[in-house]
Amino acid sequence: MTKYTFTEKKDTRSGFGAGMTELGRTNPNVVTLCADLVGSLKIDTFIKENPERFIQCGIAEANMIGVAAGLTIGGKIPFATTFANFGSGRVYDQIRQSVAYSDKNVKIAVSHAGLTLGEDGATHQILEDLAMMRAMPNMTVINPCDFNQTKAATIAAANWKGPIYLRFGRPVVPVFTAPDQKFEIGKAWMVNEGKDVTIVATGHLVWEAIQAAEILEAQGISAEILNIHTIKPLDEKAILKSVRKTRCVVSCEEHQANGGLGDAVAQTLAKNFLAPQEYIAVENSFGESGTPAQLMEKYGLSAKNIVEKSLKVIQRKQ
Amino acid sequence: MEIKALQEKSKLYRRNILKYIYNAKAGHTGGSLSVIDILNVLYNRIMNVSPENFDSNLRDRYVQSKGHCVEALYVVLADKGFFPEEDLLTLCKYQSPYIGHPTKKIRGIEQNTGGLGHGLSICCGNALMAKKDKSPVRVFTILGDGEMAEGSNWEAFMFAAHYKLDNLCAILDYNKLQITAPNAEVMGLEPLDKKLEAFGWAVRQIDGNDIEALTQTLESLPFEQGKPSFVIAHTTKGKGISYMENVLKWHHGVPTAEQYEMALTELN
Repeated sequence: MTKYTFTEKKDTRSGFGAGMTELGRTNPNVVTLCADLVGSLKIDTFIKENPERFIQCGIAEANMIGVAAGLTIGGKIPFATTFANFGSGRVYDQIRQSVAYSDKNVKIAVSHAGLTLGEDGATHQILEDLAMMRAMPNMTVINPCDFNQTKAATIAAANWKGPIYLRFGRPVVPVFTAPDQKFEIGKAWMVNEGKDVTIVATGHLVWEAIQAAEILEAQGISAEILNIHTIKPLDEKAILKSVRKTRCVVSCEEHQANGGLGDAVAQTLAKNFLAPQEYIAVENSFGESGTPAQLMEKYGLSAKNIVEKSLKVIQRKQ
Repeated sequence: MEIKALQEKSKLYRRNILKYIYNAKAGHTGGSLSVIDILNVLYNRIMNVSPENFDSNLRDRYVQSKGHCVEALYVVLADKGFFPEEDLLTLCKYQSPYIGHPTKKIRGIEQNTGGLGHGLSICCGNALMAKKDKSPVRVFTILGDGEMAEGSNWEAFMFAAHYKLDNLCAILDYNKLQITAPNAEVMGLEPLDKKLEAFGWAVRQIDGNDIEALTQTLESLPFEQGKPSFVIAHTTKGKGISYMENVLKWHHGVPTAEQYEMALTELN
């Protein structure tokens, strides 16, 4: 299989910060809002270099989303930033009415998604946000896999007309994609070609999928891996092409099984091509405190779990 | 437009509000009648906005936070020439773009609203953008008294004062009745002037159905340099139609044929 290595681990939120730094230097219409989490979102450099293009909103997220919508009237490209928990569920109605229904060019850029924010526990560990944002008309949903891809996705988001939910995380994860990659919203990335099982993964679970595929390869199983960095619009064509070949699929996400990437894939398969599917996702549970590694292990999101589900789904093939 | 002409406009607008609500068999009659004088003065005397300049970044902005009283806004926009008035015969009907809450699909409308507590934040963003761009644009919103209970409004009150948005004016259509009961019973607002002053706004209280008072007040914006302006416009729900005034059921009531005729007679 295609060999992937990494020389360093970095947090995806720093990839966002690097993207914002570049946008600050290249796109005068980009403005950033934040609900008192500047350090966590890694936007210090953007603010230092463009103080007049930063709007501190305080811990008042509902107002922040409305202000962002208002900034678009006249051509600004606002990035409203906070934790994923406070940029989705807390402000669902503001995003729905003032951004998505009004089709405003607002980018909601959120960090600390999922279990792997770690120690703070369940209140902050949003695992429902992809479902909420996927369900919303006009919304584009992006969940990149590493530092470099998050940086590229951030820059692509500024050039995309319309609302975007851009999701990334707190922990350091392997950097294995190219530094100056082209990021095409809505286009799946073929990580590895294979023939026995399709693994579709989003976010840092793409790295876990690569690890799993290496273990499977040692057992003589060839896994195809698709990086679904854009959950909506979903690259149905790429998924169907792959599953028509392998005839089974494992979906992997740091999210509830209900309503996320797995369900998006299942919907596509149900409509077009029936094939067994297994989910790597959190099953109807809130999170808890722990290190990212401990939580990934406990909630079944690691490479080992992907291997198990892959073997199972291959067994289920007719 | 002069005071006398504005007063005539209000009569016309009230007739049209009733006409199109009666035709649609739907709408927010009481609130549209309470807010119409404010909209009249804004669009015909205060704001620099018209069909001709609507695509210009220099237009003044209006966002109707109390979106449910869209009939009043549609009637004024039609009169300003944003769209043919007869379009309103499709109000609230299947496949009509003139739906029951403001939508950008209709020329003249800046922002979709309806769910309460959204409009002021949007105006804050717009007013801040104008400040940053050193633009002369002014931003206006009308809030309902019921929606003053929404926490998001109070987030926005803090924000507007923090950023010294003196190009922003919020007007409260304070008709004292919301869908269930009087505000004072549902969720009391008083002492509202003191609350808003404590939040850093410059506040004036006026009779919001008095064209002259509205004109004088809105012509003196901003009330204070460096502060956002708030007008507590005391209005009467159902204003102008005796049997509707201060009667709760006209929040969402539609007149019968007989009531409609009676209302027109009163307005003439």
